[in-house]
Amino acid sequence: MNIEITFETITFAIFGVLTLAGGIGVVTTRNLIHAALYLIVSLFGVAGIFILLAAPFLAAIQVLVYIGAIAILIIFGVMLTRGMTHLPERFNRQGGLAAVVVIGGFVVLLVGVILPVWGPNGAVAAEAQPIFMTTRDLGIALVDKEQFVLPFEVASVLLTAAMVGAIAIARDDESRD
Amino acid sequence: MVGCISDLSACLIDAGIGPGLAGFLETLVGTLIVTLLPLTLVIILVWIERKYSARVQDRVGPNRVGPFGLLQPAADAVKMITKEDITPAGADRIVYNIAPILSALSVILIWAVIPFSPVHIGVDLSIGVLYFFAVGSVGALAVMLGGWSSNNKYALLGAFRVVAQLISYEVPNILAALMPVMIAGTLSMQGLVHAQAGMWFAISLPLSALLFFISSIAEVGRTPFDLLEAESEIVAGFNIEYSGMKFGLFMAGEFLHVLTIAILTAVIFFGGWLGPGVQEVPALGWLWLAIKSTILYLLALHMRSTLPRVRIDQLMSFNWKFLVPLSLVNIIVVAFLFKLVQELGLTPAADETTNIIANLPQTFILLLGNLAIIGGVLVYLRGLGREQRLANEMAAAVDEDVEHHPHHDEEVAAAAVAD
Repeated sequence: MNIEITFETITFAIFGVLTLAGGIGVVTTRNLIHAALYLIVSLFGVAGIFILLAAPFLAAIQVLVYIGAIAILIIFGVMLTRGMTHLPERFNRQGGLAAVVVIGGFVVLLVGVILPVWGPNGAVAAEAQPIFMTTRDLGIALVDKEQFVLPFEVASVLLTAAMVGAIAIARDDESRD
Repeated sequence: MVGCISDLSACLIDAGIGPGLAGFLETLVGTLIVTLLPLTLVIILVWIERKYSARVQDRVGPNRVGPFGLLQPAADAVKMITKEDITPAGADRIVYNIAPILSALSVILIWAVIPFSPVHIGVDLSIGVLYFFAVGSVGALAVMLGGWSSNNKYALLGAFRVVAQLISYEVPNILAALMPVMIAGTLSMQGLVHAQAGMWFAISLPLSALLFFISSIAEVGRTPFDLLEAESEIVAGFNIEYSGMKFGLFMAGEFLHVLTIAILTAVIFFGGWLGPGVQEVPALGWLWLAIKSTILYLLALHMRSTLPRVRIDQLMSFNWKFLVPLSLVNIIVVAFLFKLVQELGLTPAADETTNIIANLPQTFILLLGNLAIIGGVLVYLRGLGREQRLANEMAAAVDEDVEHHPHHDEEVAAAAVAD
C-alpha cells in the first residue's frame, strides 16, 4: 500500500488527530466542563473532515447544531450543577474492561474496512465515483416525494412532539389558571 | 494601478514574478487584509462610538488626547496592555484564557466571507450565510466559558443570560436571513449581492430586513438587549473578572461585532457593494459597501445611546411571543407570494435580472405582502394595547374602591381575580 503525502493527507491527519484526541479527552478528564470542551474539539475535527469530503453544508450544520446548540446546552446544564464539575471519586471500576471491549470492536471494524476478510467490501470492490452533491440536491432530496420527504416529515413531527412534551414537563402546575 | 487592486496576481506576473509566488503573495496579502483590517478598524470604532454617543447624549466625549480626542483609543490600548493581568482565585486557568481569544476570533472569522467588491472576498463559500451563523455560535460559547471560568457569581449570571438570549435570538435571525436566500436561490454571499442587482432585498422584503437587524443587535448584546452585561444588575456580567488586554479582547470583539452585523445587513439586504460604476471599477465596491454599512452602524449606535434596557422577561417574551411568530408568518407569506410570482411568470427573465423595471412586478407583490403583515401586526398591537389600558383602568378603579371601603378588601380582590 502506497500512501502519497499530499496537502489533503496532512489536513486529514490534523483533523483526525483533533477528533480522536478530543474523544479521548472527553472520556478521561475528571472535569465535566473540560469534557464538554473536548467534545467541541472532537466535533470540530469531524466538521473539518466533512469539508475534506467536499460536504461544506454538512460541516456548517455540524458546527451550528452540535457546537452551537448541543455542546452549549451540555455546558449550560453542567454549569447549573457546579458541585458536579469536579468528581473526585469513580463510580465504578470497569474502565479497563470497557477500554478493551471498545478497542477490540474498533480493531474488528478497522480490519473489516481495510482488508477484504469477509468478502469484498465497498472500498475495495468498486472505485468511488465522483459525485457532486450540492446543497441544492440535498434540499431537493429532503422534500422530493420519491426520496426522503416521509422520514423528514416524521422527524419533524417527532421533534415537535418532544418539544411539546418538554414544555409540558417543565411547566409549573400552579401557574395554570 | 487600478488593475492591480482588482487582480493582484496577474499584476505581479506582469511585473516579472513567477505565477506560483504571485498566487502565494496574493493569498497572503488577502489573508492579512481580512484579518488585520477588522483589528485596525476597532481602534477607530471605539473613538467613533464614544464620540457619537456623547453627542447624542449632549456631552463632548473624548477631547483631551490628540485633535478631537482622536488618540484616545491609542491611549486606552496602552493602558490596557500595561494593566496587571489578574486571574481570580479558583478560576479555571485554561478556559479563562481561551475565552477572550475565542470571542474576538468568532467575529474576525466572519470577515472571511464578506464580499467587499465584485472581486474582493476572502472566500466565496457556497454556504456563506450558513458559515456566518455557524461561526457566530462560537461567540456565545466564548462568553459562556468566560463567565463560568471566572468563579464569580455575577459572571455566571451573565453567562446564563447569554445562553438564553443568544440562542433565542438566533431563531428569528436565521429565519429572517432565510428570505433573501430563498429568493436569490443561493447561500453564497457574492450570489446574494448579485441577486440584488435589480432590486435590493430591503425594498422587496423590508420586514425581513428589520427582523434581521433587530435580532442581530440582540445577538451582539447591545442596548436595548445588553442584559449580559447589565451594569446596574450584575455589575458587568460575564467579563467582570477580566482585566487588561483580555478584557480588551472582549471589548474589541463586541465593538467589531456591531460593525460586522451592519456590514452583513448591508450585504444581505442593501445590495452590498452594488452601486454606480462598480462594473467598470470593481474597487468602487469598497466605497459603496462602506457608505451603506456606516449608515447602518450609526443607526445601531443611535439605538445604543438612546434606548433604555429591557428586563430579562421582557426580552424573552419579545423574542418568543413576537419576533419568532412574526418571522414564521413572514416566511409563509413570502414563500407563497414568491411561488405565486413564479407561477404568474412575473419573475424577471434570466437576461433581465439587473434591470430595475423587470424586477418591479415581483418587488411590488412581495412588498405588498410585507406591508400587509406589518399592517396586521400594528392593528393587533393596537388592540392589545387598548386591552391592557382598559385592564389598567379597571385595576385603578378597583384600587379606589378599596380605599373607600377598606372592609371589602377580600371581595374586591376576588372580583379582581375573576376579571
